[in-house]
Amino acid sequence: MSSQKNLRILDHPILGKLEARKQIHIYADGQKIPAYEEEPIAAALTAAGIKVFRFTSTRDEPRGIFCAIGRCTDCVMTVNGQPNVRTCVTPVEEGMKIETQKGLGKWQKKV
Amino acid sequence: MAKESLTCELAVVGGGPAGLAVAIEAAKRGVKVGLFDENQKPGGQLFKQIHKFFGSKEHQAGVRGHDIGYHLLNECQRVGVDTRLNTVVWGIEDNRIGIIDGKASRIVDAKRVIIATGASENPLSFPGWTLPGVMGAGAAQTMMNVDRVLPGTKVLMVGSGNVGLIVAYQLLLAGAEVVAVVEALPQIGGYIVHAAKLRRADVPILTSTSILEARGKEAVEEATVCSLDDNLCPVEGCERTLKVDLVCLAVGLSPLAELCWMAGCKFTYLPELGGFVPLHDENMKTTLPFLYVAGDVAGVEEASSAIEEGKLAGVAVAEELGYLKKDTAEEEKDRIRKRLSSLRLGPFGDMRAQAKLELMRTRG
Repeated sequence: MSSQKNLRILDHPILGKLEARKQIHIYADGQKIPAYEEEPIAAALTAAGIKVFRFTSTRDEPRGIFCAIGRCTDCVMTVNGQPNVRTCVTPVEEGMKIETQKGLGKWQKKV
Repeated sequence: MAKESLTCELAVVGGGPAGLAVAIEAAKRGVKVGLFDENQKPGGQLFKQIHKFFGSKEHQAGVRGHDIGYHLLNECQRVGVDTRLNTVVWGIEDNRIGIIDGKASRIVDAKRVIIATGASENPLSFPGWTLPGVMGAGAAQTMMNVDRVLPGTKVLMVGSGNVGLIVAYQLLLAGAEVVAVVEALPQIGGYIVHAAKLRRADVPILTSTSILEARGKEAVEEATVCSLDDNLCPVEGCERTLKVDLVCLAVGLSPLAELCWMAGCKFTYLPELGGFVPLHDENMKTTLPFLYVAGDVAGVEEASSAIEEGKLAGVAVAEELGYLKKDTAEEEKDRIRKRLSSLRLGPFGDMRAQAKLELMRTRG
């Protein structure tokens, strides 16, 4: 995790200041991190300095964001017990539990 | 499984620049249009394109991509397009498409279908290319311009076409350091105005150079680049290692044409247009009588040409369905085709113009 620098782009020379959004919290492998309503899970994780989203099934290799538009499925994680959720196109929700996925993941009991 | 089916006169698959343009042109002439997009928001990739567009005034040159996006969305609402977001189109058989909205699957029965699904970024494989921190240049662009999050702080850009150059510059604007742009060919691929912005900011653009490897424990920590000889082979002893945490790949795009394959229309292979592209005529109609295409799926170009192709298809469909008289439609289509050809000027444009002609000739 490398976040001595704020990775949120608060002010932008063309897009201007970041609009005020409602802050919520999500849990990444149990760690509570801030997120903003309507942003994709992948954005909140990136802002928190998290880059590894899952490990592959055969060779246990790390994977993260590749296309960021919901095509490649490299960024899938287990979200609220459901595996293989595309985090780059799935918006955050208050209290969401995000877990680094191993292989194809496992369905967990519904809360 | 399938609930009651929906009907519309024109089903538009994809709500990017091409799809929105089709929907607007057809709906404002009276066609009952349904537009389907799997994303939460329409606009496709327009909202991440914060640079000013090229072309002439009628192509909205000088206007930034995201402003064009807002304009199209407003128009769509004004002319009453039935826009369904969060809706995946999972299949097509003849003039019927299958959609999933929420958890329910249903069939949409349409007189005409237009596929405007765009394109996806090409990967490039080298040792370490699957490491977190290696991503498409468009991915980095989405993250910084739409999500307002920096995906990395020290960047190596691979590829100096317009996407590579523009995204590298936008990474600078967003506060990242661009360590270098590498280009395998001996010359810069994109427009010089974009390259000049990078050079003024002291970003090295290394031609005849490519990436050999990305390394890091669980994410990119460094990358090795190397000079290439005339045969594009690495020159031994010319490697150097750059400390970076993000490697962006800007090595072209390919049409997202799965639904066209599924529908069974004929294709051809044209590298100038991104690979396999569905054949279409000068009205954007494929080899199937009910199926049209527009935008990057019909050959990768730019958002401005995608919009014009969309308009062309929209007018053609309105005519076919009896909402436009032949003469009026022909005049309108002529105007659009002229604007399209003026977008296909210059060395890159000309190459694509030739490829488009070949594609239409092949269709016959």
